[in-house]
Amino acid sequence: MTAATMPAPGAKAEFRSCPVTGLQVDLAAEKLIKANAVAAVVFLLIGGFFALLLALTRWQAIHLLPADWFYRILTGHGFDMLVAWIVFFEVAGLYFGGAVMLNARLIAPKVAWVAYVLMVVGAVLVNVMTLLGGSDVMFTAYVPLKAHPLWYLGVILFAVGALVAVILFFATIVVAKRENTYGGTVPLVTFGLIAAAIIALYTLLSGAVAFVPAFLWAIGILPKVDPAFYRNVFWSFGHPAQQINLAAMVAIWYALAALTVGANPVNEKLSRWAFVLYILFINLGSAHHLLVDPGPSFAWKATNTSYAMYLAVLGSLIHAFSIPAAVEVAQRRKGFTRGLMEWLWKAPWREPGFSTLVISMSLFGFIGGVTGVVIGTEQINMSAHNTMRLPGHFHATVVSGTTLAFMGLTYYLIPLIFRKELKLKKLASWQPYVFGGGMLLVSVGMIVSGLQGAPRRHWDITFTGAPIDVALPGAVHISLAIMGVGALIAITGGIMYLAVVLASVFTGPTREASRLTLVMSEENPLVEHAVPNLGKEPEGKLTPRGSLTLAFIFLAFFVVYYLSNWWLLGRAWYIR
Amino acid sequence: MLAPQQTWWKPLHRIERSWVLVAFVWCIFLTIMMPIWFFMGRQNVPVTTYRVDAETYQQLVADFVDQYQVDTLSGVPVVEPPPNSDVYLQARQWQWYPVLKLKKGETYRLHISSLDVQHGFSLQPTNLNLQILPGYDYVATLTPTQSGDFALVCNEYCGIAHHLMVSKIIVTE
Ligand code: HEM
Ligand SMILES: [Cu+2]
Ligand SMILES: [Cu+2]
Repeated sequence: MTAATMPAPGAKAEFRSCPVTGLQVDLAAEKLIKANAVAAVVFLLIGGFFALLLALTRWQAIHLLPADWFYRILTGHGFDMLVAWIVFFEVAGLYFGGAVMLNARLIAPKVAWVAYVLMVVGAVLVNVMTLLGGSDVMFTAYVPLKAHPLWYLGVILFAVGALVAVILFFATIVVAKRENTYGGTVPLVTFGLIAAAIIALYTLLSGAVAFVPAFLWAIGILPKVDPAFYRNVFWSFGHPAQQINLAAMVAIWYALAALTVGANPVNEKLSRWAFVLYILFINLGSAHHLLVDPGPSFAWKATNTSYAMYLAVLGSLIHAFSIPAAVEVAQRRKGFTRGLMEWLWKAPWREPGFSTLVISMSLFGFIGGVTGVVIGTEQINMSAHNTMRLPGHFHATVVSGTTLAFMGLTYYLIPLIFRKELKLKKLASWQPYVFGGGMLLVSVGMIVSGLQGAPRRHWDITFTGAPIDVALPGAVHISLAIMGVGALIAITGGIMYLAVVLASVFTGPTREASRLTLVMSEENPLVEHAVPNLGKEPEGKLTPRGSLTLAFIFLAFFVVYYLSNWWLLGRAWYIR
Repeated sequence: MLAPQQTWWKPLHRIERSWVLVAFVWCIFLTIMMPIWFFMGRQNVPVTTYRVDAETYQQLVADFVDQYQVDTLSGVPVVEPPPNSDVYLQARQWQWYPVLKLKKGETYRLHISSLDVQHGFSLQPTNLNLQILPGYDYVATLTPTQSGDFALVCNEYCGIAHHLMVSKIIVTE
């Protein structure tokens, strides 16, 4: 750990010294982190309630909401979850990684508050306009479906606020560097956040290029917005926005591995390169939302979805090995060296941070990542576009992966940031399993429904009342019911999370954590087990052979699923 | 988790190197599969696109229906065009128009465009899906390889009655 350095003279910020980490915590940054985290959780709560209504409607046997409310709530769910919950949490993360972890002061906290207010006002405006009706356009708002002008304005305010927060993060890092608040290079986690923030910058700018014209069109200044142009710029915003989640999530994986078993990346260089691959290449992946759109050529679609995306995929494959390997080496150092997998069986499975890491990585990789690459393949996209395979894919990435990772991290941040002891620890220990298990069913149920042709964003797949009689295969009802049951379980997991957070923050006695401890034990692996990486290769009994095996099992699954999708496509009608 | 003290700029471990290599080779394979299928595969994403305004397209569809209508289904004309001809399908809130009757094994130039908002062409259970935009005439060279009744579903949200926007493509032997 770095020794605490006092802030440079002249810096006006006030600090408290964190007794756990020895870091100087900027009080202004701390307040902002709290405010953003609370806003994030509030939107997760609203979005989660919406999720319940949606799942109970798409579960055809229950079919809860009427059509207009289904689309209204779907618009709200997409925005509150994908935009509000995720971005508020990420802004909290940026202030944490930028100021607290670097021992630095957050520059211009007043501006940060302005950003916060913009984001809150924007998000509330979107929700109000959505619920009032007349803006049932989905969060994608594809023109020429038209929402109320204030709806677009809400999105724009939110994006501007987020942009300001990202810029502040960079400024904070630059100042920290100049004031020399931390020794050596920036920590890997901050490095990951920097990657996320770089992506965020051009993402949010594209968002402006999409939504500002749409807003001007909605108030009648622009005569029309070209739908193909809109889709292109919208996804230059919408897709890279997911890469922010990805980079942030991976950074959290490293943090959780360090926190729960004292793991250090076996090779920081490799891990950092993997982040660089994200920054450089993942932005072009946005084209994979336009694979079956009229207009672009094969060369444009395939190039943008492949060389760019697959180098980013390479980044993910690198993390997929280096994180388990880090855990394995740390465990082997503790003496769990028997066989290929003793390190894994003897891992702290009751520790929510650890189970979160494993579940988040597995569901993200096996389901989210693999299906993402498959449906992002130019030709295969034809048999997946706008079917339930899409929400199946992204509920595995952004929910089982990112959202679960954010939840797991919270348990460790509450004692540090809110200075409250974590309550309901048993519940916290079970929570990742319940949430992850439910989401597994949700994703698989959706994907299987999609494979049978069930459309996404669709109120009634029995098409009752349509003038022409058509039907989807009956098995679709079974897979949608699996999704529904999974949703109930996942929502239970969500409630468990909220219960732990709210009970800890509002009812727990304020207590200065004296040392960083795990949730389920009194150990502190960061201090007790972290064996400094002395630049030596882990050799002999320490070699991460188990992780390599796991990585190859993963690759085998990937290959099989990928090739079987080509086979499926090969049976379709001929089309060119 | 905190700033690394040692230099992290050290060479890759052997195991890591082999994994990165295998992963890289796999990514190359993912990349070249697309051009391979483009030249060898029989299911490729259509690329032919023309700009068209709604009135012109509606007229093309009306002429097409006049020429080849053979029947009516629930008030919608059923149209049986000859093989190798231009076939026009129109999407609008909330109807596919007209109902198409095609022959198995024959090839058609299927034009699809929307008169109002975006729609989704989703042919089931063969499971082919295309995005349909207003202002763009998307042309697919299509060959049915099975006979029977196929469901045509709209799978892009297009307004309140989106779920009622279904139709059929009838394929005869
Ligand atoms: C308990 C957890 C959740 C359940 C049960 C759930 C369920 C659903 C369902 C049933 C749909 C509708 C799919 C359709 O008809 O097309 C949906 C859409 C969606 N969900 Fe979730 N969801 C959950 C959590 C989340 C979270 C945490 C996020 C983001 C971080 C998220 C992002 C989305 C998005 C972006 C859509 C698509 C909206 C659209 O098509 O416009 N969901 N979800
Ligand atoms: Cu439609
Ligand atoms: Cu529709």
